Amino acid sequence: MDDLLAVIVAKYNYWIYVILMMIGFYAMIGKRNLVKKLIGMNIFQTAIILMFVSAGVKHGGKIPILNKYEVLKNGIDATQIVNPLPHVLMLTAIVVSVSITGVALAILLRIYREYGTLEEDEILEKLGK
Amino acid sequence: MSTSNLHIYVMAVPLLTAFFVNLLGRTSKVWIAPLVVGSLAFSSVASLVLMGRVMTSGGFSYTVGNWVPPYGIELVVDHLSALMLVLISVVALFASVSALKSVEQELPGREHLFFTLYLILIAGLMGLVLTADAFNLYVLLEITSITTYGLIAMGKGRAPLASFNYIIMGSIGACFYLLGVGYLYLMTGTLNMAEISQTLPVIGGGAAVATALAFILVGLWIKMAFFPLHGWLPNAYSLAPTGAALIVAPLMTKVSIYLMVRVMFSVFSIDYLFLQNPLVDAVIVWGAAIAIVCASALALAQKDLKRMLTYIIVAEVGYMVGGAWLANSTGMTGALLHIVNDALMTLCLFLAAAAILYRVGSLDFDKLQGIYRKMPITMAAFTIGAFSMIGVPPTAGFFSKWYLILGGIEGGHWEFVVALLFSSLINAVLFFRIIEIGYFHKDGEHHGHETITEAPLQMQAPLLICAVALIVIGLGSGPLVEKIITLAIPVGL
Repeated sequence: MDDLLAVIVAKYNYWIYVILMMIGFYAMIGKRNLVKKLIGMNIFQTAIILMFVSAGVKHGGKIPILNKYEVLKNGIDATQIVNPLPHVLMLTAIVVSVSITGVALAILLRIYREYGTLEEDEILEKLGK
Repeated sequence: MSTSNLHIYVMAVPLLTAFFVNLLGRTSKVWIAPLVVGSLAFSSVASLVLMGRVMTSGGFSYTVGNWVPPYGIELVVDHLSALMLVLISVVALFASVSALKSVEQELPGREHLFFTLYLILIAGLMGLVLTADAFNLYVLLEITSITTYGLIAMGKGRAPLASFNYIIMGSIGACFYLLGVGYLYLMTGTLNMAEISQTLPVIGGGAAVATALAFILVGLWIKMAFFPLHGWLPNAYSLAPTGAALIVAPLMTKVSIYLMVRVMFSVFSIDYLFLQNPLVDAVIVWGAAIAIVCASALALAQKDLKRMLTYIIVAEVGYMVGGAWLANSTGMTGALLHIVNDALMTLCLFLAAAAILYRVGSLDFDKLQGIYRKMPITMAAFTIGAFSMIGVPPTAGFFSKWYLILGGIEGGHWEFVVALLFSSLINAVLFFRIIEIGYFHKDGEHHGHETITEAPLQMQAPLLICAVALIVIGLGSGPLVEKIITLAIPVGL
């Protein structure tokens, strides 16, 4: 039991991402309201973004803004600074996620105009008629 | 214009033209057709020149902005990606000529919006086949997906709903891919495909690497609609505007399969995939066999030509996934050749469907009675496409299926061979049913159909060229395999 707890505490960032991801996944699959599905998708994407970002963190790491001349002279101690690459990547991923949400909301608007509801069951009922 | 940057121009020209289509298309519609066709014609010619160059002097890699690979994004042009570039630009060119006509009919006043998305989609697909960076691939995957969501949602009636379902499924797929790449990045510290594949043997195949492979594969399978992850595809593709289906149906699934092959052999290795984990490929080939049988059976139940074609696409995805995982070079040849052939025959059938839809207004089987007499040229081309899908020699479909079956026998995967033969039989039933309805059934009660004539030349010309290409490629399969595809197969298979 203690071992398990130690594992969870040592890598708590990954556990948080897994839990968030499952919440998002459940909302996408289980919820019947289309907006809730979309929000679930957002949580899902955020979980992955958090995983990447937390992977770059180091204990006591400084921000990765360095003096070029000092680095050229003394070299660089990679253990002292936070890895900036995952953060940069996730900026792109956030842009992707925002644009998908935008497109999806626009499509939801059209669905609402067409059927007058965003509940999946009610839409399917209207389609069945 | 220096020719060493040719592949950048192939991709950049449609991308930049997209903005001009949007700007100038707002003022006047006359700009749209020359811009779209002109840019895609340029890309086709340039990609053919590039293909010639790769065939004479071999593949090369290109660093964007002179940032050396581990730091910058690397583009790789080898036999396989050059072949895919040619395929994408040529298919896009033919599809656009016909799409111009059907979009004019279906989306009047919104042509400039449609073709803006259309060209960005093409540029995204070209980027996908060129990139050698795992994260860049994710971004381009989402560019193609977002444009496709928009294109599909432009359709009538239930299309926005189908598009929304596609968004949810497509995002799960892309997120799984990103998660897999994240695991690989955590293990290897790099995103460049070549670097990852060099580092992976050193760190060995732990649970994290296996998880990464599983996430990436499932993500790509969702994107390519590999049965049973195909749920989004039939609705999305059959409800999309005809012009969108013309480009999305032949290319999207095929490019995803290319990506799977890329990830399998450029990121992971033959050693890791087939030798260290021998059961995995057998399981996937079984899955592909089941996918082929189930999707073919579902195609039988359809009452609409376009919906039937979408289920055939799902079955064809099974062919290529199975072929790639047969773990021998014959199967791989079949899979790669089938990417080319399937893109062309799907294009041919969808072009024919678009031409019928343009004149008849519906693709219900009941409405197709006597269609052969009214649209003989269109239906002749449709028949060639259908024969290729069934696998009748000398059409292209026969040769790739032949390689796939030989590969299945060589690998001892009899279930895959049986599934392929079963699917060919089902395809024969499906298409002969349409030929029977169209050729022999008289449409006594439908007097309104008297006015139906041949489709406009703008829709017939690409269709006929495509049908002829199916036979030419079929007859030229030997040189195509010898000169390009054998060189595209990873060494050691």
